[in-house]
Amino acid sequence: MNSQTTGKKRLTTSAMIASIAAEGQPTRPAPFGHALAALAAQRQDIVGLSADLSKYTDLHIFAKAHPERFYQMGMAEQLLMSAAAGMAREGMTPFATTYAVFASRRAYDFICMAIAEENLNVKIVCGLPGLTTGYGPSHQATDDLAIMRAMPNLMIVDPCDALEIEQAVPAIAAHQGPVYMRLLRGNVPLVLDRYDYKFQLGKAQVLRGGRDVLVIASGLMTMRALEAADLLHKDGVDVSVLHVPTIKPLDEATIIAEARKSGRLVVTAENHSIVGGLGEAVAGVLLRNGVTPTFRQIALPDAFLDAGALPTLHDRYGISTEAVVQQIKGWL
Amino acid sequence: MNAVPVTPGARPLAVRAHNIRRHALRMGQVQGQGYIGQALGAADLLAVAYFHALRMDPANPEWEQRDRFYLSIGHYAIALYAALIEAGVIAEDELETYGSDDSRLPMSGMATYTPGMEITGGSLGQGLGIAVGACLGLKRKGSDSWVYNLLSDGELNEGSTWEAVMSASHWKLDNLIAIVDVNNQQADGHCQEVLGFEPIVERWQAFGWYVQRVDGNDLDALVQAFDQARAHTAAQPRVIICDTRMGKGVPFLENRDKTHFIRVDENEWALALQALDSGSQA
Repeated sequence: MNSQTTGKKRLTTSAMIASIAAEGQPTRPAPFGHALAALAAQRQDIVGLSADLSKYTDLHIFAKAHPERFYQMGMAEQLLMSAAAGMAREGMTPFATTYAVFASRRAYDFICMAIAEENLNVKIVCGLPGLTTGYGPSHQATDDLAIMRAMPNLMIVDPCDALEIEQAVPAIAAHQGPVYMRLLRGNVPLVLDRYDYKFQLGKAQVLRGGRDVLVIASGLMTMRALEAADLLHKDGVDVSVLHVPTIKPLDEATIIAEARKSGRLVVTAENHSIVGGLGEAVAGVLLRNGVTPTFRQIALPDAFLDAGALPTLHDRYGISTEAVVQQIKGWL
Repeated sequence: MNAVPVTPGARPLAVRAHNIRRHALRMGQVQGQGYIGQALGAADLLAVAYFHALRMDPANPEWEQRDRFYLSIGHYAIALYAALIEAGVIAEDELETYGSDDSRLPMSGMATYTPGMEITGGSLGQGLGIAVGACLGLKRKGSDSWVYNLLSDGELNEGSTWEAVMSASHWKLDNLIAIVDVNNQQADGHCQEVLGFEPIVERWQAFGWYVQRVDGNDLDALVQAFDQARAHTAAQPRVIICDTRMGKGVPFLENRDKTHFIRVDENEWALALQALDSGSQA
C-alpha cells in the first residue's frame, strides 16, 4: 500500500546526515567546524584529523580554513587514534574525528593505550551519537557512553545544541588531557541562547526550576526535556531541568544537591542505551551518597535498534518530546 | 654524525651488544624469568640503533632534538632496558629491581614508568601508527629527528600495523625507519604456522617502502643497513627486516626448543652468563 492510497505521508529512513532539528526550529550550520576553525586561527597547535568523514563531522569547514593542519587519515580508525597520539606526543592538540560507533567500538584499545593511559592531549569528537541516524545498529552509537565511561583519564562531553558546541570546543582544547565529545552536526538546533547559558566544562547547570519533577539530562535530550517541560507546564506539572553536558567526571555536588530537594520525582534522560550511560551514572552517585528519591530513566532500550526515519524511531524508543511527556505523566 | 656522542670514546659495537646481553641476562636472573630469547636475539640491532644510529643525550632522554625510538613490542622491554642501561639512561644497579613491585622497569614496557621508554607498547599493532603521527608532527615542526619503531614479525598479524604501513607511504614519511625483528616465533609457535608473513620483502615494497633485509645478528650488516636507510633519498618510509636468532650468544639457549618464551631453569642463569662471557669475542 503506498502513501497515495492511504493519504498519509510515509516516512522514510532519514539521510545519514539528517539534521535533528524540528521544522521551523532555529539552527546554526556546522557549529563544530566553525568553532574549531576559529580556535585554530588563535592556536597554532590545533590540528584536525579525519577518517574519511570530514564532510559528515563538519571538519571540512576547518580543513578549508586551515588546509595545512588538516590530516586525512583514510578509513582507518585505529590508525586515526594512534596517529593522533603520535602528534600529541610532538606537542600538537589533535582533534580526531569520526563516527561515535567507530571510535568507541573499533578504536577502543587504541584510544585506551595510545592516548588515555598516558593522558595525552587528544580530543576525540564523534558524529552520530546515540540514536541520531536511521541507518541501524552499524551507525547508531547507542552504547558509546557506556564504553567510554569505563576508560580512565577520559573526559566525556555530550553537548545539547549549537551554542554549547561552539563554547565547548575551546573549553575542551584548553583542558589538558583526552576528551571524548559527542557531536551534533549539520544544521544544529539553537536552544540554550534562551536560557542565558554559558558552557562550563565539568559543570551541571539548572536551566529551569520546577516543584514536581527534576529531569537530569544531557545532549539532545536536554532540548527534549525543555520542550517536554513547557508542555507539561500546560497540564500543571512543574518540571525542573538540570543539564549535565559533562558526563565524566560528573558534577556530583550539583546532582546530589538538586536530587536532595524533597518530594520531586527524579528522571534521567539520555540519548543512549539504558545500560551504562548518564542514568546509571546518576543512580550510582545518588545511592552512594544516600540520596534515594523516586528514580526513573528515559533512555534507549538495551537492544539493537531498528532502521527507519528518525522521528519514527525517537517515538518508538521513547526519546521524542511527546514520548518524554507521556512517560513522565505515567510516573506521576 | 651524532650531534651528541653517546659516550666519549665509545666502545666497539660488539662490546655494546655483549653488555646488552649481559644486562638482560642479569635482569632475567633477578626475576627467574623474562623474554630472554628475544633480548639476546635483538641485542645486536639495539646496539647498532643506540650506539651508532640514534641521536640522543643519555642525560636528557626527553631532549627535543633526539631521534625517537618506539618499542611497540612491550615484552621486549627487558632488551630495551638493557640498551638504556648500557647507554647510561638508567643506572646499572637498577636492573636488580626488574619486574619487582614499584620498579621503574616493569615486565612490559610503559612510557609512564621508564625514562627512555618513549611509548607504552604491549598491545601489539599500535607502535607504528603512533610513529606515523609523530613523523607527521615532527615534519610540521620542521624537525630533522628520525622516528624508529621496533616491531616484531608477530606484530605483522595485526591489521592496524598495515593501516600504518599504508599511511606512512601515503604521507611519504622519509623520517620513519621501521625495524622488524624476525625471529619466526610467536606465542603459539612458528610464525609461518600461526599466520605466515612471507613474502615479507615484497609485501613492504608493494606498500611503497624502501626495504632492506639483513642478518640481524651481523653488526656490520646492521650498520650498513641503518646507514643506508638514512642515506636513502627517495621520499618514502624505510624498513629494515632483521632476521635474528633467539637466544643468540648463549649456545645452549640458541639450541633449545623454543617458542615465544624460552624456558630457563633456576641454575641456568649463571651458566648462561658464563657461556655468554666465554663465547664473546669482545
